[in-house]
Amino acid sequence: MRNPYLVQISWLAALAALLVALPLLVGNYALSVATLILYFAYTGQAWNVMMGFAGQLSLGHALYVGVGAYAAGSLFFHYGVGPWAGVWLAIALCVALGLVIGFLAFRFRISGVYFALLTIAFAEFTRIGFDHFAWTGGPGGMFLRVAQRDTWDVANFRGPPLMYYYAMLFLAIAAFALCAWLLRSRAGYYWQAIRENEEAAQALGINTFRWKLLAVAISAAMTAVAGVFFAFYYNNLFPEQIFHISRSIEIILGPVIGGVGTLFGPVLGAAVLTLLSDGITEVLAFAGVEMPGIKQVFYGVVLLAVVMFLPHGIWPALAKRLRL
Amino acid sequence: MPALDLVANVVVSGILTGLVYGLMALGLSVIFGVVRVVNFAHGEMMTIAMYAATALFIALKLDPFVAMLPIAAAFFVFGYALQTALINPFITRPEHSQFMLLVAVAIILVNAMLMIFGPDARNVQVDYQLESYELGPLLLDKGRLLAAAAAVIAAAGLFAFFRYTLTGKAIRACADNYLGARVVGLNVKHLYALTFGLGAVCVAIAGCAMVLLVDVTPPLGPAYTLLAFVIVIVGGLGSMGGALLGGVLIGVSEALAGLFIAPSAKSMFSFGLLILVLLLRPQGLLGRRA
Amino acid sequence: MSLLAVCSVSKHFRGLRAVQEVSFDVPEGDIHGLIGPNGAGKTTTFNMIAGVYAPDSGEILFAGRAIQGLRPDEICAAGIGRTFQIVKPFAGLSVLDNVMVGAFLRERHAASARAAAAAIVERLGLGAKRDLPASSLTLPDRKRLEVARALATRPRLLLLDEVMAGLRPTECDQMVGVFRELNRSDGTTILLIEHVMRAVMALARHIAVLHHGALIARGTPEQVVRDPAVLECYLGEETEV
Repeated sequence: MRNPYLVQISWLAALAALLVALPLLVGNYALSVATLILYFAYTGQAWNVMMGFAGQLSLGHALYVGVGAYAAGSLFFHYGVGPWAGVWLAIALCVALGLVIGFLAFRFRISGVYFALLTIAFAEFTRIGFDHFAWTGGPGGMFLRVAQRDTWDVANFRGPPLMYYYAMLFLAIAAFALCAWLLRSRAGYYWQAIRENEEAAQALGINTFRWKLLAVAISAAMTAVAGVFFAFYYNNLFPEQIFHISRSIEIILGPVIGGVGTLFGPVLGAAVLTLLSDGITEVLAFAGVEMPGIKQVFYGVVLLAVVMFLPHGIWPALAKRLRL
Repeated sequence: MPALDLVANVVVSGILTGLVYGLMALGLSVIFGVVRVVNFAHGEMMTIAMYAATALFIALKLDPFVAMLPIAAAFFVFGYALQTALINPFITRPEHSQFMLLVAVAIILVNAMLMIFGPDARNVQVDYQLESYELGPLLLDKGRLLAAAAAVIAAAGLFAFFRYTLTGKAIRACADNYLGARVVGLNVKHLYALTFGLGAVCVAIAGCAMVLLVDVTPPLGPAYTLLAFVIVIVGGLGSMGGALLGGVLIGVSEALAGLFIAPSAKSMFSFGLLILVLLLRPQGLLGRRA
Repeated sequence: MSLLAVCSVSKHFRGLRAVQEVSFDVPEGDIHGLIGPNGAGKTTTFNMIAGVYAPDSGEILFAGRAIQGLRPDEICAAGIGRTFQIVKPFAGLSVLDNVMVGAFLRERHAASARAAAAAIVERLGLGAKRDLPASSLTLPDRKRLEVARALATRPRLLLLDEVMAGLRPTECDQMVGVFRELNRSDGTTILLIEHVMRAVMALARHIAVLHHGALIARGTPEQVVRDPAVLECYLGEETEV
């Protein structure tokens, strides 16, 4: 009888090998698409810690991407401080923010839809705030110096698309490994217990307040790193763009479509979404049609279909089919 | 410090706009209060109404107040259909499932509008928009006054419906007790759909009124959704008076914030208020504790 | 010294006096019953011990330490486990994982928690179902799971909230056997709220009877069953036990 773990691990190893070797197989454009997929797999995984594990629906995760991006970006812009140092400020700020939101919400017993609204409110508040924040460039945005792009300048995180691809691949694998480890640890069990039945969890000695805060903090910290990547990859930051609720929704699309609370869900969802939407844009461009907004309509339709017909996401159904 | 009559005018203007906001929020309050659905597509629906009014005006020179009738009717049908086809099957599913469903609908709607109408602002220019009445130091825009009047009349109508008609009472019964209503023989799914239709009608009327006051762009959709939630939560979920009161409060505070701080910062104030209310008085000003 | 001492606790809810100056104590190693008609205040008293609410007045001492007003998770950490009247399994997790959640209170690492949980699962007769999702269990098995989970936290005192409700007589007898064995081999003290007199009489060595929030009788089962006040308000004159 095949050991299920062995089957899973061999699939994983094959996938990892493929991803590492990918640059040898495809060109720069495909590589940038792959980088995007990995980015969404990563942020989806980070969001999943809060939602899938601890059961708290955050619709304002763009807050952490934005604050992380602006924190590291501002340090670089104003003081020339590289991202390796800047990331620590980004993480510290985002964890602090997450803890504030979490503390307020859990202390005042705000959950479900109200919690989601609270997270949206914080993100929107920050978006408008940054619009008026001159030090970070206000609504006009912040632009980071783009130096040479052919050489690998790891210290300042500048280089060819290949470097960004491997960086994001590393982050995605690290996030996956972290979440896999967390799930099997005491934290993972406690979070799932809280998610399933908070009252029963308390009766088993779990300080649910503290553990929920921990999930929020970890989720925020991970997302902050994504923000730093964002800043140094795209090199321009606009409050309207980076804090916008559409960014928050993009973050959750992967996990919701792939499967909330699972390890593979965010990865699968990100891949499906990005590939299909890119496919659609290509087909339309080929047909000579260019319509702003069509990609998002597509996202909406896919989300609708998944929520209606595969409420637990694609991965659980797929896993059952593949008997994994 | 701006002159007192400027402030007074700004306040009055805020009240009038706030009443239209209130009608929009009323729709949401009714939908959430009865069907318990968090209509995350509420603002998008309002924006569609605004576009519809604009389109009818451009094509048929129809005054928005006249356009209210066909648009409201269409919205009623749309709301009824949405509830029946999409949401009713979801009643037993967990809360965040329903939420996601409407998030998906919202995404589709707002981007469909972007595709169809493009990102540029549209508006309606009616002759009487430039007229105004003088009431002492106050200068009341005729357009704004009529918009507010329409909102109040619609709200009164809805209130009367729930208070005095049999169907209205039946709907309130469903809100209070889903199982009990079914046991008594009420066709709850039909009544839910009816309620959603009525909520949509509120949005339609509010949209037609609003189109006289602001320009339409697709991003208004999510902005109005959030605004509707702020108003409903501040005013109190399930309280019709609360929705109107909340609307007026937000309208006035937005207007004042626009005057004293900066116009773009006004929604910041609304979000700050939402956070405070969620933390300190989640049942809102006029709501009952759940 | 008693393991649990409930000292003159009172609780009212907006004018309704749910519990009035109730006192009783449970010696270590005892199996103690708490009975009475519906609305007598049993559940409220139970919930005060379990940390769901704090009493308005009075004290609750556990091994000499005051525990009234502590949070439910602190109460568990102190050594009191509880089950719920309406069972609350972690539906999406397997039976073993459910019990592991409890075990993690005392074991830091997953491996030792799993081992401890597995032992308890076996002991309560759920071994064959350990990898099944909790949602697939029958009611009696869910009740066993509830007990197993609480046991994994290694409690000195186990609070059972109408654990026999909904069980057929044979299933009830099986549960009684489980508790007797637990009490005998581990020395676990048990406090149970029950309506099913069959179980109370089979298990309890002492019983306290509540009525309208007040304690009306205390003693051994034989004494309580003959107490006229108890017969009048709860058991009925024709009771045969």
